[in-house]
Amino acid sequence: MNPALLGLVTIIVGVGGCLGYFYFSNLILDKFIFPARGPNAGVNINRANQVRPWLFLFPAIFALGLYLAYPVFETLRLSMTDRTQNDAFVGLANYQQMFGESKFWEAMRNNMLWLIVVPAASTAFGLLVAQLTDRISWGAAAKSLIFMPMAISFVGASVIFKLIYDTRPEDQNQIGILNAIWLQFDGGAGSVIFLKALPLLMVLGFGAIVAYVGYLLLKPFITAGEKPGGPGFIAVRVVGIAVAAWLVITSIGSLFGIIATDLPYGEPQTWLTIPFYNNFFLMVVLIWIQTGFAMVILSAALRGIPEETIEAAVIDGANPFQIFFKIKVPQIMPTIVVVWTTITLTVLKVFDIVFAMTNGQWETQVLANYMFDKLFRANDWGVGSASAIIIMLLVSPILVWNVYNARKEMR
Amino acid sequence: MDNIAGTKSGLNWAVHISVVFLVLLWVFPTLGLLVSSFRTTDQISSSGWWKAMFPTEQTIQVRTGGAAAAVQDGGLYVVEGNLLTDEGGPGTGSTPISFGVSSRAIGAYQIGEMAEFSDGEETLIIEEDGAYRYTSVEEPGRRGQRVFLTAVTPAQATLDNYKTILFSGSGQDNMAKAFFNTLTVTIPATIIPIVIAAFAAYALAWMDFPGRALLIALVVALLVVPLQLALIPLLRLHLGIGIGKGYLGVWLAHTAFGLPLAIYLLRNYMVGLPRDIIENAKVDGATDFQIFTKIILPLSFPALASFAIFQFLWTWNDLLVAKVFLIDATGSTTVMTNQIVELLGTRGGNWEILATAAFVSISVPLVVFFAMQRYLVRGLLAGSVK
Repeated sequence: MNPALLGLVTIIVGVGGCLGYFYFSNLILDKFIFPARGPNAGVNINRANQVRPWLFLFPAIFALGLYLAYPVFETLRLSMTDRTQNDAFVGLANYQQMFGESKFWEAMRNNMLWLIVVPAASTAFGLLVAQLTDRISWGAAAKSLIFMPMAISFVGASVIFKLIYDTRPEDQNQIGILNAIWLQFDGGAGSVIFLKALPLLMVLGFGAIVAYVGYLLLKPFITAGEKPGGPGFIAVRVVGIAVAAWLVITSIGSLFGIIATDLPYGEPQTWLTIPFYNNFFLMVVLIWIQTGFAMVILSAALRGIPEETIEAAVIDGANPFQIFFKIKVPQIMPTIVVVWTTITLTVLKVFDIVFAMTNGQWETQVLANYMFDKLFRANDWGVGSASAIIIMLLVSPILVWNVYNARKEMR
Repeated sequence: MDNIAGTKSGLNWAVHISVVFLVLLWVFPTLGLLVSSFRTTDQISSSGWWKAMFPTEQTIQVRTGGAAAAVQDGGLYVVEGNLLTDEGGPGTGSTPISFGVSSRAIGAYQIGEMAEFSDGEETLIIEEDGAYRYTSVEEPGRRGQRVFLTAVTPAQATLDNYKTILFSGSGQDNMAKAFFNTLTVTIPATIIPIVIAAFAAYALAWMDFPGRALLIALVVALLVVPLQLALIPLLRLHLGIGIGKGYLGVWLAHTAFGLPLAIYLLRNYMVGLPRDIIENAKVDGATDFQIFTKIILPLSFPALASFAIFQFLWTWNDLLVAKVFLIDATGSTTVMTNQIVELLGTRGGNWEILATAAFVSISVPLVVFFAMQRYLVRGLLAGSVK
């Protein structure tokens, strides 16, 4: 059958079937099983009302159970079996094999990089744009344009950025804008300012911010009279301090790297094949897409801040920067956390961008693509499932946190 | 508020300029794709797209008339014509700068200069307006003499790429089939979850039954379960019960994957509807089914629209689900995202094809986005778990 016709039939059958199911199941319940007449009318109405929610819920529960809940357990089971041995139980052998692969650790390392950089950059840019466009007359139009990449598919965005990163041989005109800009640098004063001083400042700024956050986390431990919170919070604090310390050390290390590196001026670069840095060129694509999302949510949060708090700060003589960092940001902190976690979820599942742009070559592998590789190229369902479980484990803290919050809100 | 905040005009200017800068930075990549899709192969490979608005100098390969156009004139074969306006030429607006007859020396001769080659047996002269006179001792070949013409061509746009992609292209270059396949995947996968989710959301919002809180928590939990976990078990299931790879499988998968967000969005919206309306209707003897279809559904239109847009964008832009559940070995059910990835592999350097294909694929979501942005924003605000 013609697919378009099949689609039309499916819409009619699907929607009609759903509506028919709801209508007739209700009808049968009310008219035949528990009719609201005769001697038991009252009891029957109550019984019918007890059953009805389940009639309404049944298709959804069935679909959710079969397509989302069951696979979680099935994947867990598959991750401990071997397809080549007729699905025999092999315990943790798949995990062992996976942990022994360098490609897996490369994917883990890259995923961690993505997890730090993309949510941070998207949220920061989103907040910046939300704040800047808040009070200007054409802010709505500006936001709309920055929000636009949300509608573009990861694949489409990959093509867009591949054009930006395109490389031609040295004697031809560059058609990728990044190389065209790169070739403008010749090692003169401009190059020193933009490619040495500016990155140095950025890394210094980043290190300073991280160090400050680490200090805030550390403060309750070293200051008398402040309590670091319950055992759970202490654990979070310790992990936070460790990550901050590691990031500070890394940024100090990269400071020397920036100064010491000899940049190959005048040579067109194939950006996506430069190990380590190519990860950042891929991340740019996701940051470009997700900034709009962060901006929309944070912009609404900024609008929700009570005017009185800002007016009071103005009367007390605060400057715009103080108002932003000391009055506005603390008040929208919960929303920032929500935005951050939502983008984190997107990052953990990122597949299309890496698949379309490098397919994990040149050390750009990430977990989701590693898994796809195992499943459909290596045909190794055991290791593929095992890596899916790793993704699930990385997601689960957010899952618990979301459920906890949702339940708190409902009470 | 501007005056109260004491904003200085200097700072104000800085804000305007930074926003302009950020907007340009964000629009620039997409603009590059759009501009490139209207350029010819020669234009794309000879200059960056940002120069497309200005006249560019480019070298193109053209041919003089062949044996059929040659006239004998005193022992010489003479061909006359115009390299700019003849078939394959760059058009009247161009200004020729130099030319050559060998790929090793493409700018060997000046315009108006008599070029002699093949040991003087052949000559070629090209005038400012593109008119040329080619002479040869022997009879010229059927296809004429090859000429490398360097000319400054004015900015121009062509729709040829779109013609190729949508109508005339062959094989992978033709996106028409993939376009309809994508549409076939998208529409049922958008409509069906709405119906199922709306009923479930109503039950979770307005009906009392044991286990309701637990179910809501379950929906919130499933909201973040990565779809990667579902791939193998469901593919096995589909192969096992005979659905195999095809539209039915992809519709079912998209429906189920969209349900948690749909239920969550719709429930949050329905809970906010005024209790009085529903209780009054109940007092008047309306059944739950009637309340749902006659009152709740019409009132929930904004939430339904929000979810519909989300699901549409998500299914249209999806690659993973289609690759796993839909596209079989024959490739006859390929969707646009998949075809673009394949083009990236096989035609990585052909930017006119790639850019146009990508733009065809993102144009529909962009139209939907700009037309229904209000609902999308509303859905985002309601959908992020707070």
